[in-house]
Parts: sequence; structure tokens; C-alpha cells
Amino acid sequence: MITISDLHVYYGGIHAIRGVSLAVSKGQIVSLIGANGAGKSTTLRSIMTLEKPREGRILYKDKDITLTRTTDLVKDGLVLVPEGRHVFTNLTVEENLILGAYLRKNAQAIAEDMAWVYQLFPRLKERSRQRAGTMSGGEQQMLAVGRALMSSPELLLMDEPSLGLAPLIVKDIFEIIKKINEKGVTILLIEQNAKVALEISDYAYVMETGNIVLEGKGRDLLKDENVKKAYLGA
Amino acid sequence: MIDKKNLIRFGLILILILILTILNTTMGKYEIRVLNLAGIYIILGLSLNVINGFTGLFSLGHAGFMAIGAYTSSLLTMSALQKESNFFAEPIVPWLANVQIGFLPALLMGGIIAAILGALIAAPILKLTDDYLAIATLGFSEIIRVIFTNTQSLTNGALGIKGLTRFTTIHYTWGIAILTVLFMFSLRRSSYGKALMAIREDQTAAEAMGIDLFKHKLLAFTIGSFFAGIGGGLLAHLMGTIDPLMFRFLLTFNVLLIVVLGGIGSITGTAISAVVVTVMLEWLRFLDGVIDLGFMTIQGIPGLRMVLFSLLLMMVIIFKQKGLMGRDEITLDSLGGFLGRFKKKEA
Repeated sequence: MITISDLHVYYGGIHAIRGVSLAVSKGQIVSLIGANGAGKSTTLRSIMTLEKPREGRILYKDKDITLTRTTDLVKDGLVLVPEGRHVFTNLTVEENLILGAYLRKNAQAIAEDMAWVYQLFPRLKERSRQRAGTMSGGEQQMLAVGRALMSSPELLLMDEPSLGLAPLIVKDIFEIIKKINEKGVTILLIEQNAKVALEISDYAYVMETGNIVLEGKGRDLLKDENVKKAYLGA
Repeated sequence: MIDKKNLIRFGLILILILILTILNTTMGKYEIRVLNLAGIYIILGLSLNVINGFTGLFSLGHAGFMAIGAYTSSLLTMSALQKESNFFAEPIVPWLANVQIGFLPALLMGGIIAAILGALIAAPILKLTDDYLAIATLGFSEIIRVIFTNTQSLTNGALGIKGLTRFTTIHYTWGIAILTVLFMFSLRRSSYGKALMAIREDQTAAEAMGIDLFKHKLLAFTIGSFFAGIGGGLLAHLMGTIDPLMFRFLLTFNVLLIVVLGGIGSITGTAISAVVVTVMLEWLRFLDGVIDLGFMTIQGIPGLRMVLFSLLLMMVIIFKQKGLMGRDEITLDSLGGFLGRFKKKEA
């Protein structure tokens, strides 16, 4: 579904991404794990053209999208849930969700997706008229995911969905990620919480200082000695 | 779509028009002038509200766009004779000397030219945020003023333009003000308006959702400048005289004061505060004159009322940051709820 080959991104003079290559097939959950500052978020942002890569190519559905405008990417089903939730705090839950469907025209399909989001997150339905900023961190993360689903994604990019959430809620979120995937949405996920991510991933990449250092099936990486030592605290 | 609510809204507008018509025939010349000013400040407040309130871009360049609108419309409504007597220091550029069009088309042209220049000015600086954008827009507004002071054959420079026909009446000011209010409501309901608010709320999320930041910010600036230009044109034809000094930062400050007092982002709040501030600014003129307190007499201090207004702005920012209305609106529903409370008390 998406193939990144030899991606290089610079921040000013800093060489942040040094030749990353990865691939996600349709229907999979793929995760990208690694420490802070490894370049995971930058990789996702480059896919969305929120950062401009200096070298490399990104193919999505067999089209070169390396420098395609973000708007067109979202229209084409490539959607990012940004790190740190970023919900519209002064707008209600419902307004947040409606904004998620901003680029879509088909009112009926939008209404169906809204119903689906409310079904996935019953809590959001209860609070649909409440201002997003008044909800807990976990609820805001659910809203951020729900809002992304309103864009009708085919490939959902998720940047640290577990950031700053209580363990119990992290579990909930990952259950829902699985459900979203079962509905046919392909998922590329960034996580620091390597264990939960690897458990649900079909395939995973480990990133360090701008490079992919290891890759493999999620289950295999869970058993890998280096991964255990570095990320699983074993 | 005709439903009950729209009918009531329509009725309320008719009542407002009726009240304005009565006021227009019964009030004195001075009061009518204040009423006209109030209408103009509604337009100006709402135009700044699109940029600062809806989109959250801190612009301080409003006086510049108003100047563009004021000069454009003035130069278009003046007769060849008026132009000749005004431009005695240096004759007007030949292509403008014999142009004269009606007031309404001239106003519209003022708005359009302000919108185009607003977009051109905004385009290179929209990457800036917050205070940097404020400084840049303030700078541009001053640049426009300085240019107008020096283009003698186009704007008559520091001499200004005098003896404009006073076309501005209640019909124009309040008619356009009502249209502006309606436009703002429909803009906010539209998908464009929603995108603007998304940008205000969270730029990162808006961008990730596929909202084109540049396009929408530019749109906000263009709409804001357009209405600022219209307001400027109305102001010019109310005063009868314009000169570059009129369009100093103080004018932007007045409009900003209205928006902040009314609640940044609120349409009805801005409209109400425009009327209140305009009336207060006039009513408090006694502060600038000699005040006899009985036990002591204060000699007239020109500008004392502006001190009072600056204090007021500070108080609002310290104690009631959200202004009169916050981001809320007076709607039929909230009005109904308010009246309903009274009814319950009676029972």
C-alpha cells in the first residue's frame, strides 16, 4: 500500500532521517518503534508532506506522492493522527468530528462514519455536545482517532496514540486500533510503548537516530534479545 | 428554507430597520452622525473579527486597508471639478481626472481594491504567527499611510481630500452592517468558516486534516480587508474629509478595542460592542472639556476619554479576558432561554 525508499530529511543542517526504507501492505498493522528523537514522527510527517524530504521516494497505491499536497493526500485516504492529540479544545466533540470530514462531500457516507465512530467510542457519543478540552486525556485521544476516521482513511498513520495515557486506557486504545484494522483500514503506528505495539503488529521496524536498525514480524521482535534489552526493559 | 426561526430572524431585522427609520427621522444631525459611525464600526469590527477572531491571526494592519478603501472610493465619487479644486498643489494623474461613478459601485471598488492589496500584502507574511504577524501587519499599515502621504498626484498627499459629497446615510451604513452580520453568520456556518476556526483552534491538527493553511489564512485576510475597505469608504463619505493621518494606528486600536470588548470571535458580541463603544466615545467627550466637580475644576485635557478607554481595555484583559460574549452568540435559542427565565420568575 505504501513503500518508502531511501528517505532523507533535514531540519536545517541536521540530517534527521538518514535513508529510511519501509513498506506497509494493505490490511496490515505495522509499527515503527524506537526511542525519542529517533526520527519516527519526522518519517510520518514526511509521508504527509508536512516535512519535505530532500531525497527518496514515497509510493502510495503505486503513485509517487513524495511532494503531493497534504490536502490531496487526505482526500486520497491517507490520514494522520498527530502526536499529542491536538483536538480542537474549544469546539464540541461533534464539531471536532464534523471537521474531520471537512474534505468530504457525501453527506450520507459522513453520517454512516459518524455512527461508526460513536459505536467504536460510546463515550464520545455521551459527550457529543461537550467541549473537547473538558475531557480527559484518554477521551481526547479517542476523539483524535475518531476525527481521523471521519476523513475515511485507507491508510491511517498514528503518532504515539498511547502518549501520556494510563495503562488501562492504552489497552482500550489498542483494542480499538485492532477493530479499526478489522474494518479494512491499514495502519502504520509509531510507539514508544514497544510491547503493546509489537503485540498487535503484523510487522515492525525499529528505528535509531534516523535509521531503520531492525525489522521483522511483531511476534519475532518481541522475542528478539536486542529489542528486549533496549525497549522492553527485560 | 423558510422555517419559524428564519421568520423570527427576518421579523427582528424588520423591527431593527423600523427603529432605525424612526431614529433617522426624529434625531438631530449630530445623533444621526453617531448612529452612522456605529454602523460603520460594526462593519469594521466584524471585518477584523474574521482575521483575529475566526482565524486567530493577530493582525494590526486594519487602518491600512481602511485607507485603501477610503481613498479608492473617494477618488471614484469625486467630480472632475472637485478633483481639480482639491489637487491644486500638483494635478491629479490624468487617468483619474475624469472618472466618476456612483457611490455604491465606488464603495464596492474600494472593498475590492482593499481585498486585492490585502491578499498581496498578506501572502508573503502569513508564515509568521502571533506577535511577529502583528508587527508585520502593523508595519504594512504604516507603509500604506506613508505611501499615501507621498503620492501627491494620486492621493493629494498630506493635504488630504476635502469636500467629499456626504453620501453616507443610515441606509448605507446600517444596510451594509446588517448584510455584513448575515454574511459573517453564513461564513461561519460554511465549510470555509469551519476550516478557519480549525486553524484558530489547532494549526497542527488542521494541517494534518488536510486544511490548506495558506489558502484559508489568505481567504480570511482577503475577506477582512474587503469589509475594512467598504468601512473606510463609508467613513470617508461620512466625514467628508480624509487625510493620511486619519489612518494611524489609533484607528486600528479603536476597532481592536471593539472586537476585544465584544468577545474575540463573537459576531453579535462585536456588533453590540461596536454600538456601545461608538456611543461611549461620543458621550464621554465631556471628559476632554472643562469638568466642574463642585469642589474643584479640571481644566480640559484633550484625550482623557482615550485614557479611559485604554484603562477599560486593560481591565477587560485582566478581569474578563473573553470580553462581553466570549465566543458565544446571542441566538434565538439563548434569547428564548433568557426570556423563559423571566417568565418562570413571574409565575
